[in-house]
Amino acid sequence: MSDIALAVSGLGRAFGEMWAVRGLDLEVQRGEIFGLVGPDGAGKTTTMRMLTGILAASEGQATVAGFSIHDDAEAIKARISYMSQRFGLYGDLTVEENLRFYADLYEVPRRDREPLEEKLLGFSNLTPFRKRQARNLSGGMKQKLGLACALIHKPEILFLDEPTNGVDPVSRRDFWRILYAMLKKGVTIFVSTAYLDEAERCSRVGLMHRGRLIRCDTPQKLKEGLPGQLLELETGQPRDAREALAAQLGSSRVSLFGGMLHLYTEDAAEAEQIRAILQQAGIAVLAEKIITPTLEDVFIHWVTRDDAEAAA
Amino acid sequence: MSPEYAVEVHDLTRKFGDFVAVDRVSLSVETGQVFGFLGPNGAGKSTTIRMLCGLLLPSSGAGRVAGFDIMTESETIKRHIGYMSQKFSLYDDLSVEENIDFFTGIYNVPRIRRRERKDWVLDMAGLADKRDNLTRSLAGGWKQRLALGCAVLHEPPILFLDEPTSGVDPLSRRQFWDLIAQMAQRGTTVFVTTHYMEEAEYCDELALISRGRMIAKGKPAELKTVIPEDILEIRVEHPFEVLEQLENSGLVKEVALFGDTLHAVVEDAGAATTAVGDFLAGRGLAATGITQVRPSMEDVFVSLVELEDRRSTEGAQT
Repeated sequence: MSDIALAVSGLGRAFGEMWAVRGLDLEVQRGEIFGLVGPDGAGKTTTMRMLTGILAASEGQATVAGFSIHDDAEAIKARISYMSQRFGLYGDLTVEENLRFYADLYEVPRRDREPLEEKLLGFSNLTPFRKRQARNLSGGMKQKLGLACALIHKPEILFLDEPTNGVDPVSRRDFWRILYAMLKKGVTIFVSTAYLDEAERCSRVGLMHRGRLIRCDTPQKLKEGLPGQLLELETGQPRDAREALAAQLGSSRVSLFGGMLHLYTEDAAEAEQIRAILQQAGIAVLAEKIITPTLEDVFIHWVTRDDAEAAA
Repeated sequence: MSPEYAVEVHDLTRKFGDFVAVDRVSLSVETGQVFGFLGPNGAGKSTTIRMLCGLLLPSSGAGRVAGFDIMTESETIKRHIGYMSQKFSLYDDLSVEENIDFFTGIYNVPRIRRRERKDWVLDMAGLADKRDNLTRSLAGGWKQRLALGCAVLHEPPILFLDEPTSGVDPLSRRQFWDLIAQMAQRGTTVFVTTHYMEEAEYCDELALISRGRMIAKGKPAELKTVIPEDILEIRVEHPFEVLEQLENSGLVKEVALFGDTLHAVVEDAGAATTAVGDFLAGRGLAATGITQVRPSMEDVFVSLVELEDRRSTEGAQT
């Protein structure tokens, strides 16, 4: 078994005239958890559907678990799991009936089933609800059951398309606990998410925009790679300060965060300008420091810049 | 209307049969504040919001919203608030402009103000050049801003937002919160629920409910000081191996991977830093750094909800 779970080169998909994804190059190692983030319509779902053998690529190459997406889509499907945004659970089947249905579908050998079922139910804290119909589960429980079904045939690679949308933080954390357990067993995880605090948990993160991968690195390096700095300012009047700065610098660069002002600046001289604006508005700065940006700051910076370049 | 509090309710309770969905919730929201209302799915958030909006009559309790009595003046309350749910109640088969016109009628916006309000929504949402587009063809972020605009056409003093950013991408989310900050700056009170904990940081005040009961209230920075645990960030060469070792060490309550570092939940940062450092060094896995980090809002949320769950389970057993 090679160490490479996914090798993608020049991958693209057009719908009519429109390229949903183009020129995608990417390598994911076995046992890695790779996060794909990007605005709506960036091409995340299209990418995932090509890699899972569901959608044919228009150009380029990719091997998944060692098999080509062009020639061996069926071999790929047997070795991966794909949990889409509308994962197919059967509402009128119980929790354990859903699991058995997927075990049948993936032809899991009978003798392996019972211990695996028990383990997956235990992992997902669904054991007490095994006889409950899936439609009567909460949103978070449904997601965990979907994940359990996706894991019943012990896939080598798990693809998850925005798996935790609308799920509350406690259930999300349970969900991630299951993912860690899978990672420890050597499963590779490829996940798209709109939650950037979740992307922080990935070993590497790819930022997609307008069909292209515009940044790809570890969360740490992505943050270090921001050309500017994030300033945190403490003032007595955070709202007024935000208004004053947004009026001069544009509102996308200033935000209120836990009563503090966060301001992204690429230019050291601008720090002077910021102080001048606040002074003019009669607002005193009580404290000022440079803080580590979040992945959301990184995301907003590169997407905004890419948009500006496209417009120019 | 009381100038100080836009929402002030005491012991708000709602039962459905034997089930107590909301249990004696009291809260006050100052005028012009952004108030974040957090809780797990099924905690009673939507039931509370529906009572505050005059859509559902409380089983008991008392209070005022926009100065009107929630028990007796729900119809008046409905006219003085804006409400936007996660489902953005827009008509997909109408154009952007037709949706605005429709809601202008529903909310009885005076004729003389209609043109001005429509232009304001189109401008605020950045939809001026998309006014003839079908709503269904809009991307999530546009749709969300249109829904927000339609919810405030009648310029309500209070705006209720029920998970307004679910499934919307980060850039659109940040633009949305910019709009919220601007509205609050002009005096609108905003009452919002969200599952995105980094968004909770944008709020002036937060309340956390679980199983229908209020379990914590305060400013974001204050809530971070109420959790009993500390969080350590541990930098190591081999995070997976260390993760496994630490899980079975008894030294940490919980440990999780964060990219190439580990986050551990511990009783006391000082003692645990030494203990974890020694433990790892003894196994040839010495950490390159162990530092205490500020808990994230998610750490706070999960810790408080799990604490409450343990309490109520213990309570049930005794």
